[in-house]
Amino acid sequence: MSVSVMEGSMAVAEAIKVCRPKVISAFPISPQTHIVEELSKMVADGQLDAKYIRVDSEFSAASAVYGSSATGVRSYTASSSQGLLLMIEVLYAMAGTRLPVVLTGVNRTVSAPITIQPDHQDTMALRDTGVIQLHVENSQEAYATHIQAFKLAEDHDILLPVMVCMDGWILTHSYEPIKLEDQKLVDSFLPNFVPKYRLDPKNPLTYGAYADEQVQEFRLMQHFAMERAKSKIEVIANDYQKIFDQYYGGLIDEYKCDDAEVVLVAMGSVIGTFKDAVDTLRTEGVKVGIVKVRSYRPFPGEKIAQAVKNARVVAVMDKSMSVGQGGPLATDVKSAFANKEAPPVLSCIAGMGGRDVTIETVRKMVTKAQLALKTGKIPDIEYTDFRPEYLED
Amino acid sequence: MLRVGSVCEAGKSRLNKTGDWRTLRPQVTDKCNGCGICELFCPDSCIVLENKKAVIDYDYCKGCGICANECPKQAIEMEEERN
Amino acid sequence: MASQERINLLAPGHRACPGCGAAVALRQILRPLGRNTIAVSATGCVETFTSPYDQSSWEVPWMHSLFENSGAVASGVRAALDVQGEKDVNLVVISGDGGTFDIGMGALSGMLERKDNVTYICYDNEAYMNTGVQRSGSTPHAAATTTTPSGKKSYGKIEYKKDVPGIVWAHDAEYVATASIAYPQDLMRKVKKANEIYGPKYIQVHTPCCIGWGFDASKTIQVGKLAVETGLVPIYEMEKGQPVKVKKAAEKKPIEEYLKVQSRFKHLFKEQERDEVIKELQAICNANIEHFGI
Repeated sequence: MSVSVMEGSMAVAEAIKVCRPKVISAFPISPQTHIVEELSKMVADGQLDAKYIRVDSEFSAASAVYGSSATGVRSYTASSSQGLLLMIEVLYAMAGTRLPVVLTGVNRTVSAPITIQPDHQDTMALRDTGVIQLHVENSQEAYATHIQAFKLAEDHDILLPVMVCMDGWILTHSYEPIKLEDQKLVDSFLPNFVPKYRLDPKNPLTYGAYADEQVQEFRLMQHFAMERAKSKIEVIANDYQKIFDQYYGGLIDEYKCDDAEVVLVAMGSVIGTFKDAVDTLRTEGVKVGIVKVRSYRPFPGEKIAQAVKNARVVAVMDKSMSVGQGGPLATDVKSAFANKEAPPVLSCIAGMGGRDVTIETVRKMVTKAQLALKTGKIPDIEYTDFRPEYLED
Repeated sequence: MLRVGSVCEAGKSRLNKTGDWRTLRPQVTDKCNGCGICELFCPDSCIVLENKKAVIDYDYCKGCGICANECPKQAIEMEEERN
Repeated sequence: MASQERINLLAPGHRACPGCGAAVALRQILRPLGRNTIAVSATGCVETFTSPYDQSSWEVPWMHSLFENSGAVASGVRAALDVQGEKDVNLVVISGDGGTFDIGMGALSGMLERKDNVTYICYDNEAYMNTGVQRSGSTPHAAATTTTPSGKKSYGKIEYKKDVPGIVWAHDAEYVATASIAYPQDLMRKVKKANEIYGPKYIQVHTPCCIGWGFDASKTIQVGKLAVETGLVPIYEMEKGQPVKVKKAAEKKPIEEYLKVQSRFKHLFKEQERDEVIKELQAICNANIEHFGI
């Protein structure tokens, strides 16, 4: 074990290195991070014994690891924003073919307008692909979650791609001290990949068959694997803690929820800011807590409902929008609470396109939630830090 | 039993007997000298050479008539399928 | 031929139309490769008729994922074989002209640029046949398809067939050839030769389609021969940018002989002014005959 100060992207590359993938494929633009640059250097320097396939697009990057995973080797890719959108068709096929590829989804928004700023719009577009989505709060968690992701993906009860989602810029480009684990210890946690099926002339299987009659069963098989992943994610997080003494939550993590009247629900790097805000608000006598959603797919509705059962109101922050509907995370939380004894839910949209989410932003959400409680009227949606005066229509 | 990832075994299309698609039936006559050209051109993998003669597997032959058309000896005749 | 040379790696019972040229192509492609082969395909006729769930016709390991990515998938398969030390496994892509000329061109280009050890074979039936005969970048000039119909103001496809072998050669590929299912010994020799060369190889196989082109199912091979004998479809190998070992036609047939047996060209014979189009197609043949030395 050693500790070094490094960029979030480098922390991911270090995590991937100790997971020993055999094939890495990536396309660097649209927009990319330093993850795949660092990995190519590791391969060039002989620190990582892997084939690195440089491709013509993110579509080909996902396709190349699709081929390598089906041929029986641990495979990895990474992308962001437009690149993730370009991968979508392949990711559906990858999940349907049950290939345990791990990818990093560096969260950035999507065009138009064109920008490189962070929010969750990109990975939300991948929500229904069948890819497991794990969101992280900081770079150390990103490091740990990538190691956990391979173990989860490759479990024969799961066999689904896993995407580790981390906020662009805020995490990928900021420096933190990162605890790097020893290779031997990682090897003991994450053994070699044993494929269930593989392309092999000695056992000629057909991959990617055409189906009509069986489609519903195959889709449900993916769903049931997602359901099984709920307990597996928790077990793997606990096992990781036993070996590495680090824990970031299982499906969710809770912060000061036990006596909280207002519980904030969010994903990703804002959790750090939320914790500071909660500490400040509590000195002012406001009983606030946080549920960090670590696993967005599978969605831990029951866990969240359990965590907020004593709260009087829940405020969910989304860093993206389903245009014409609202915040996707809030929608999922509301759906999880339907037909249950549960507190009312206030949906807050904030932080889109990289707009700063500060302690003041959090204070506004909490104030709105308290006001809603007082008046008994919950607004459909709350646009926090929104500037309506600039709009033409 | 549906396999994870819709992976399936090799060669099981044999369970699908396509012979009943046929409206014309190729008949190999004595003129056949076993040159094997029909075997190479058969789209349905249903001609084999046995004792230097073309033998047609009617379980699968769809009756396209390529074999009859390409036979250099005109040794295959297409007849109306009566079965 | 000894019996093992007659190895058949496409099981019967597949769902191809009677007289399917692509099924003929598959059998001829797989024979020289043998069992120690992995095949990758794009979405298309071959994918559909060989792989209905649990009734696969493939006797070698085969993978299909999507329409536009077979070049990239093959690169991933080859990389995984290499890191596992399985360097002697043959790897072939078998994709249609839609997945090669059009939507899969980017992935093919990437595969060629990386010099990946893959034999890429395009079975060229000159349109999107699987979905109901829509035009592709490979459809010949003036052919009617369901998206380039003939009409009062149209004589079929306006554009010309893309020169994909030329595009592949421009990537400095290790081997480029065209072939036709009508000449199986030539086709199988080329597949065998390509497979023995290390690096990216490309073979474009002219594959008549009785349904899409409009001719009787028994005429698939005959139509394929006419395409070559008129000079419209040159069969050659490339060396140093020049076509070599060109298939000669002792007697060059006029283009009408090829056109009149296919309903996709029948509109050219209905109106006098379409004679100009036929002349243009003949000019393409003449140019091919001269350029390739057919």
